[in-house]
Amino acid sequence: MSDPKTMFEKVWAAHEVLPQTADTPAVIFIDLHLTHEVTSPQAFAMLKSRGLKVRRPDLTLATMDHATPTRTEQVFGGAPISIESAAKQIRQLEVNCAEFGVELLGLQDSRRGIVHIIGPELGVTQPGKTIVCGDSHTSTHGAFGALAFGIGTTEVGHVMATQCLLQKKPKTFAIEVSGRLRPGVTPKDLILAIIGTVGVSGGTGYVFEYRGEAIRAMDMEQRMTICNMSIEAGARAGMIAPDEITFAYLKDKPRSPKAAAWDEAVAYWRTLATDEGATFDKTIEIDAASLEPMITYGTNPGMVVPISGRIPDRRGDAVFDAAMTYMGLTPGAPITAAPVNVVFIGSCTNGRLGDLQAAARVLKGQRVAPGVHMLVVPGSQEVKREAEQLGLHEIFKQAGAEWRESGCSMCLGMNGDTVAKGEYAVSTSNRNFEGRQGIGARTLLASPETAAASAIRGRVTDPREFII
Amino acid sequence: MDPITVIRSRTVVMPSTNIDTDQIVPARFLTTTTKEGLGKQLFADWRYDAAGQPKPDFILNRPEAVGCRVLVAGRNIGCGSSREHAPWALVDFGFQAVISAEIADIFRNNSLKNGLLPIIVDDETHAWLLANPGVEVEIDLVHASLKLPNDRSVSFPIDGFARHCLTHGVDELGYLLSQDAKIKAYESRRHA
Repeated sequence: MSDPKTMFEKVWAAHEVLPQTADTPAVIFIDLHLTHEVTSPQAFAMLKSRGLKVRRPDLTLATMDHATPTRTEQVFGGAPISIESAAKQIRQLEVNCAEFGVELLGLQDSRRGIVHIIGPELGVTQPGKTIVCGDSHTSTHGAFGALAFGIGTTEVGHVMATQCLLQKKPKTFAIEVSGRLRPGVTPKDLILAIIGTVGVSGGTGYVFEYRGEAIRAMDMEQRMTICNMSIEAGARAGMIAPDEITFAYLKDKPRSPKAAAWDEAVAYWRTLATDEGATFDKTIEIDAASLEPMITYGTNPGMVVPISGRIPDRRGDAVFDAAMTYMGLTPGAPITAAPVNVVFIGSCTNGRLGDLQAAARVLKGQRVAPGVHMLVVPGSQEVKREAEQLGLHEIFKQAGAEWRESGCSMCLGMNGDTVAKGEYAVSTSNRNFEGRQGIGARTLLASPETAAASAIRGRVTDPREFII
Repeated sequence: MDPITVIRSRTVVMPSTNIDTDQIVPARFLTTTTKEGLGKQLFADWRYDAAGQPKPDFILNRPEAVGCRVLVAGRNIGCGSSREHAPWALVDFGFQAVISAEIADIFRNNSLKNGLLPIIVDDETHAWLLANPGVEVEIDLVHASLKLPNDRSVSFPIDGFARHCLTHGVDELGYLLSQDAKIKAYESRRHA
């Protein structure tokens, strides 16, 4: 019998067109290239200038999400897209996809949505695949046991032209999560706690594998929330072994394998999990049962505290001091004293149906506090339809929140949805960097439950006050 | 791309830890469809006031930064978004190298593909460079060595293949395209 291997090593080995040598990186075949309007135009331009084609349009899927408006009238109503350069970028993607024969799920397509949400919905995200996209949250797809990572635009061009990438083999990092999350504590809280433990650069050079009881107990949407934020700890990819939950999710998705091909695929997927006795370059252990709802207080996702806790007092530390100045928060103060002006529910981290259901459970029959602006943005048009069938949009609207069309929206403030200077936003997105949600915006990252509870009270609030 | 062998320059120091790519180029500038001109938007929210005027005390607006080709940054520069607009903006502004004790993966990859050298140095050298802004350094890419004042020099790790591409001014895509037969063989093997 061969040496025990990790899941990452198996997927990597299966995609080596040429292995790494002392002089050259490995040539890795890419099974699925997802692309969008923001990081593709310069890659298409490169192809054009060099007279190259998209080698495998059948393995390439384009959509638009980052710069797209979320206001219904701008998406479907014929109103002009308010940001002219965004409108131009959207048109450019349409032109490029038509010219290069790439399938595009365009602005009004019923299957459009955030690229990392529609891949799994369509069933093109599958275990054992290599998946790339010009977006760092491509790590999301690792929840299926795929090796999925973000790339820059030059590499987008490489994949378009050759369906391959030159890669140095990363190291492996096991994150063992024992026990179960307690009621009111969500996968978002777990991943924030992991980032707080590993640090924002602790995963640099590694591929994470999330393992253990708490991970196995999660549904696919929850696993995606975990893998999504791997990059916030510096890891380009995070993976979770596929299991019956994975197979049940993928069964009968529009583009998942059918009939005999399905059985064959599942048989292969069952071989992917890390072998007993395989070793990782690094391992940490986290006890899920010890966690509380978590929320960030600073300007990177590793600056995180339990919701019943206080902002630490590390005055004198330059990163901490700069973060406190930017955030306008007081060292040592309870985090629940932080005010809230904006609440954003959505993004590739927490914009799936389960996230909206979780927020709706907290908001049902409640009102958003006076002066709080709450925006709920489904991660895809499919999520939007499902949520509307369940009446979730009515719960949000009755609570005083806005209900929009799908897209990246306020996660990164490049589409018209922004947080104003100095305002505090409790956001279910993935980055609390300075200016991420708008110039001078102050972001506190949290779960949908915490975001919803904070909207009701108008200050940072423990969601367990509402759901236990 | 022009071959790069030696870079000599004074340094500009930005000591902040975790300078993420949202700071290097804020997302609202990513609706561009070209690579050119992003130097104007480099560090936009740190560099300009609300009226769009340069903040005189921000390092890149100061006279000593003029003509500097080497940026010394706090640990973990380039974390966050995969936007290649970050190295495009740094290059468009005039930088040819970024030195830190830790550089985020995707940014490091993207930099190498744009002739922006990501130089990782040991903690002690990093601390010295942070404490001594404006010193003249020489980056010798061929020998992977960073020469500091007083004849001190340290080596830095750089992927041999990337170094070959940079010192010869060839891009990695040419190499990938030359592997077409191997890629075809792989594709037929996968579909067998």
